[in-house]
Amino acid sequence: MRYGTTRSACAAVIRRDLLLTWRRRGDALNPALFAIIVVVMFPLALGPEPNQLANISAGIVFVAVLLAGLLALDTLFRGDHEDGTLEQIVLSPHPLSMLLASKILVHWLSTALPLIVVSPLLAEMLHLPRQVMPVLMISLILATLLLSLLGAVCVALTIGMRRSGMLLALLVLPLYVPVLIFAAGACNAAQLGLPFLAPLLWLGAALALALVLAPLACAAALRISIT
Amino acid sequence: MISSDPPSPIPLLQAEELAYARNDEPVFGPLDFTLNAGEVVLVEGDNGSGKTTLLKVLSGLLVPNSGKILLNGEDLTLARLSHQVALLSHLGGLKLDLTALENLRFAIGVFGLRSGAAPLPALASVALEGYEDVPVRNLSAGQKKRVALARLLLVPAALWLLDEPYANLDKSGIDLVNRLLDSHARRGGAALVTSHGAYAFTSGTPRRLPLRPTP
Repeated sequence: MRYGTTRSACAAVIRRDLLLTWRRRGDALNPALFAIIVVVMFPLALGPEPNQLANISAGIVFVAVLLAGLLALDTLFRGDHEDGTLEQIVLSPHPLSMLLASKILVHWLSTALPLIVVSPLLAEMLHLPRQVMPVLMISLILATLLLSLLGAVCVALTIGMRRSGMLLALLVLPLYVPVLIFAAGACNAAQLGLPFLAPLLWLGAALALALVLAPLACAAALRISIT
Repeated sequence: MISSDPPSPIPLLQAEELAYARNDEPVFGPLDFTLNAGEVVLVEGDNGSGKTTLLKVLSGLLVPNSGKILLNGEDLTLARLSHQVALLSHLGGLKLDLTALENLRFAIGVFGLRSGAAPLPALASVALEGYEDVPVRNLSAGQKKRVALARLLLVPAALWLLDEPYANLDKSGIDLVNRLLDSHARRGGAALVTSHGAYAFTSGTPRRLPLRPTP
């Protein structure tokens, strides 16, 4: 008998989810396309005045990324729940939290990473000053990881319900707002020439906490909601 | 020399006063039964008598309201860590976008591999030779069931919990399930098989565990 290690089980989950993402790679671009559409609307609605756009550019990019992430959140466990593979993952002898952490990682890679890749383009379209760009990228990476982890717990809680979309949005929003405030706050501070390190460190601290606790909470929530 | 009786073997699965209720509405039980290694037990009952729920409770997916489940004499939650249970549910647990082989490799990664088993021979033994690289989406319902059965052959679990394994299968598929159950029992495994009684025959007469809707 070869039982395999937790590491090999996580690798199997990651390999499978990456393969599934590749098979449906058109879907993986949806969040990025959504964010581009949202950002394109703003200059059309507000007028192409560079100074006016530059003032609100970081905020717009973050709201677009957050909404796009919210749109993709539901797909995290939905497919696995419907075809019974989630049941199999729960029955696995390896720690559920580690297997779910692997799933969250792939979900971040397939939904948030394309967003991060297009966000310099979005920021450029809104005349964000170039020197703010590194701060924007760092806070985007921290914020999207945090959003994926927090969102996963909420998805796990609502997975047993039909039509959970509205409830999921209500659950997630209070958790997302602080992340938005700190991430956009760092960029705004950088834009005004103020110290921006503190909000980034807060995001980092919250991420460290979420990395440890969110997979555990996610596993507990999943066990509750599939019963 | 002192001769003593051989110690009575610990049953693979033992349920004591097992009962499950959903929202205070009893689904089955209280139920007492034992399942020894090498035994196949048929769980019989009408629709809604709680057959699927019983299997989910025994696999540890649902928590029983009362009673105890012992696997090899240990509490279920601990025993599951030793790879004892494999569940075949009516959902199948297969990814439609992946091929049969990719689905089996995932199962091996998550559950482990039975000694002497390999994905390709397992697919061959459920008569799916040549379908290794076909996405499961393009297989028929019966063929999907066969892929799920091949998964059972690969994972190391000694106790199989099969929910309606005969559904969607043709005559040769039904024979296949019976053959797999027989060889699993001969290897020292055990199985609990649900069926609503329409056509469930394993070779020989299996023990039956009738479930009745609780009044």
